[in-house]
Amino acid sequence: MKLDPRIPGGPLADKWTKFKTNVPLVTPANKRKYEVIVVGTGLAGASAAASLAELGYRVKSFCFQDSPRRAHSIAAQGGINAAKNYQNDGDSVKRLFHDTIKGGDFRSREANVYRLAEVSVNIIDQCVAQGVPFAREYGGMLANRSFGGAQVSRTFYARGATGQQLLLGAYQALSRQIGLGRVRMFPRHEMLDLVLDEGRAQGIITRNLVTGELTAHEADAVLLCTGGYGNAYYLSTYARGSNVTASWRAHRRGALFSNPCFTQIHPTCIPVSGEYQSKLTLMSESLRNDGRCWVPKSAGEKRSAAQIPEGERDYFLERLYPSYGNLAPRDIASRAAKRVCDEGRGVGPSGLGVYLDFSEAIGRLGESTVKERYANLFSMYHEITGESAYESPMRIFPAVHYTMGGLWVDYHLMSNIPGLFVLGEANFSDHGANRLGASALMQGLADGYFVLPYTIGDYLSKQKPGGKKTNRQAEAFWQATETVQARTKKLLGIRGTKPVSDFHRRLGKILWDQCGMSRTKKGLEQGVEEIRGLRQEFWENVNVPGSGEDLNQSLEKAGRVSDFLELGELMCRDALERDESCGCHFREDHQTAEGECERRDEKFSHVSAWEFQGEGKAEVRHAEPLSFEEVQLATRSYK
Amino acid sequence: MKLHLRVWRQKGREAEGQFETYEAKGLNPNMSFLEMMDVVNDELTKEGKEPVAFEHDCREGICGSCAMVINGEPHGPNKGATTCQVYLRSFQDGETLTVEPWRARAFPVLKDLVTDRSAFDKVIQAGGFVSVNTGQAPDANAMPIGKEDAEKAFDAAHCIGCGACVAACRNGSAMLFVAAKVSHLGMLPQGQPERGERVRKMVAAMDAAGFGNCSNQYACEAVCPKEISADWIGRMNRDYAVSAVKKL
Ligand SMILES: Cc1cc2nc3c(=O)[nH]c(=O)nc-3n(C[C@H](O)[C@H](O)[C@H](O)COP(=O)(O)OP(=O)(O)OC[C@H]3O[C@@H](n4cnc5c(N)ncnc54)[C@H](O)[C@@H]3O)c2cc1C
Ligand code: SF4
Ligand code: FES
Repeated sequence: MKLDPRIPGGPLADKWTKFKTNVPLVTPANKRKYEVIVVGTGLAGASAAASLAELGYRVKSFCFQDSPRRAHSIAAQGGINAAKNYQNDGDSVKRLFHDTIKGGDFRSREANVYRLAEVSVNIIDQCVAQGVPFAREYGGMLANRSFGGAQVSRTFYARGATGQQLLLGAYQALSRQIGLGRVRMFPRHEMLDLVLDEGRAQGIITRNLVTGELTAHEADAVLLCTGGYGNAYYLSTYARGSNVTASWRAHRRGALFSNPCFTQIHPTCIPVSGEYQSKLTLMSESLRNDGRCWVPKSAGEKRSAAQIPEGERDYFLERLYPSYGNLAPRDIASRAAKRVCDEGRGVGPSGLGVYLDFSEAIGRLGESTVKERYANLFSMYHEITGESAYESPMRIFPAVHYTMGGLWVDYHLMSNIPGLFVLGEANFSDHGANRLGASALMQGLADGYFVLPYTIGDYLSKQKPGGKKTNRQAEAFWQATETVQARTKKLLGIRGTKPVSDFHRRLGKILWDQCGMSRTKKGLEQGVEEIRGLRQEFWENVNVPGSGEDLNQSLEKAGRVSDFLELGELMCRDALERDESCGCHFREDHQTAEGECERRDEKFSHVSAWEFQGEGKAEVRHAEPLSFEEVQLATRSYK
Repeated sequence: MKLHLRVWRQKGREAEGQFETYEAKGLNPNMSFLEMMDVVNDELTKEGKEPVAFEHDCREGICGSCAMVINGEPHGPNKGATTCQVYLRSFQDGETLTVEPWRARAFPVLKDLVTDRSAFDKVIQAGGFVSVNTGQAPDANAMPIGKEDAEKAFDAAHCIGCGACVAACRNGSAMLFVAAKVSHLGMLPQGQPERGERVRKMVAAMDAAGFGNCSNQYACEAVCPKEISADWIGRMNRDYAVSAVKKL
């Protein structure tokens, strides 16, 4: 299969402008005739749904939560990047582009990333106009902080709740369109299948999570804005409901899945404290502006942090990466933390933790300034651990946080299925093998506010709007509904002995051990085998109580975990086939003398794209080669 | 550690509900309240019974999904915390806890501890926004906003839409929620053009959704997990009065 990314010609810096100038338009009178389905109301989905409705399209919007405002984006803490150069510190579109490509270890598409950097500036303007209360300086201008992988201050923030404020901005824009009757909102609806007709996306099947009713929704185009799949690992910083179901069901209908093994493990999360634990809590990367990571110099240290003198501490990030220090990118910082723990120098009861110390910052800035910057994070830490980070250093450890992989899309954000678009974390497009902090919010809003509203015009202008369903189409919807019904029935019929959570936890453990921060051929092969066994056991012995005709949270979870059990195998296979190290994907057999990633550009300078072959059959791997015109491929260095 | 739980069970919107009792055993004080509910639910599942339906998502106090009344208090005993941020170390070993859904006319129970809070969305749809289309915005620094004003706007904007304020109020009033949004937008220059219209429309939608009146007891402020100040209610009332006069 040949994958055409449909990148416009011409110099990199002119591509997007050229595209916008030449893209065919749909006239205002005709826009009304097109209906677009938007699944997901996070930053990507809410911004897309609102913007499309403003343009005049008819929109149906879906989310599984009780309100669109509760999408997982709400939890983002630290900030959003934009190349505004308000600090006059040398930032530019080109620099943001460069940082992102390098941060992703040269595994993303230049044209997409350049466009992302370009529209980043419009995002901040739009959000401020909506009333997003970003942090400000005394003179009334917008404030910035620094995030990992950058040497400029380009991160905009609203205390420790940037995602909340951005999402509420988008939610309010969406609400306005709902109020005007241009968007029909379906909360508590879960998409369980994609419907195709002659290879084009025609609609979706949803389950009403309160009544259990299955409904077929038709449209001229379908947008998946359904977020990332990090919950495959069970423990992660994601909201509990985040899942891969929408993407995975589309994948089963033919949408290619790219780079599934690229999962981000974030260095600063609160360590696991017990078996019962249901989620891991992020301590925002912004803390590394002022917090210093250290462990004792010698293994087996028993003294408390305060008793360890300065000379016996190893500020390992500052030592290893002097020019970026504590703000080294996430993949690098996480691996460094893992390594010092593997050496027996980890702290806390489990030995799986490092200190994040604010005493120097408190001395330098005073406690009140530190409080002003991070109060909500410190109080979150206190609530969970019962400890005060003003008095003793935080203990942190890496945790699963984000997925760079996702459904394959071209420059238009369209998947290989015509009419199926994928936005936000659900696509694979912009972050390569590692995402820089504060860039996911940027990407979600770029896709939804500024990219898709243009690119969808190209597709729709060539389609005849809606009209009456043909018999053939009706058959496709009927068949998809049947498929969903059969799966639900099967899940409810097993009545085995183990709750869904049992399988999910075990899947998570396999993935964390074999497809986590460091990977080996043998481990991955074992992972594939173990997951297959677990999946079989699931379908024989899971217990899903209740019925399909009302609110049944066990059934919802079972459906999602059944998809994770298929995805998990593909993640391991993708990691197995990518016989190199890059970004988050660290294969032990490919490392430099200093223990950093060793890429194999001659063989793996490409995006993997997996094609589903049918139940129980091995998926086929395709590749989209990456060509670099602007940047020089180089070994990433943050030294 | 162990706890005795009395949990509200209700099959559906129209069904009659009742309390059922469960023993939660083998607990750890560092567990969150919802992690305890997970354990209880896995046990119920193993016994072939239906687990307790309850809402949750982020489990870190920001999405506003979780909503339980624990021993009569919305979101439980901790000040400035949501249900998901309550840890078992807040309770005594062997204690009995009563767990109920939000109870308010505008939030009907759908099942067990899950209620329908879509009335909040309706209030926002009526006017809780700035009418600016994508692409119309001027440069973000074109309009300076004082640091203190921005901070105050954030304080109001931090509401998570959980509905605890309504659940705590004898009258089931949504004044704190509505006042928080009216004040967030009404305080910023971007929100000025629609300021009067916004408050009128949102208050009308609030009344239409079946929320009760405010009788100035401020039980709402006491339970709000984001410590939204009841002063915003006074501010909204003034905005409303001014706007109503202007309209005459
Ligand atoms: C704790 C935390 C902090 C973060 N902080 C930052 C930060 O500071 N800066 C940054 O840039 N990034 C941050 N990120 C990453 C960022 O928040 C996410 O990548 C981003 O918000 C994803 O947005 P989205 O719109 O793609 O998807 P989401 O916000 O995940 O939304 C998914 C939507 O899809 C819906 N959905 C999913 N499946 C279905 C289905 N089958 N049927 C119907 N609806 C469905 C959901 O209901 C939801 O509305 C953070 C992530 C975490 C976990
Ligand atoms: S005002 Fe407070 S209690 Fe009421 S919805 Fe908002 S956050 Fe919840
Ligand atoms: S689960 Fe999100 S606030 Fe409690």
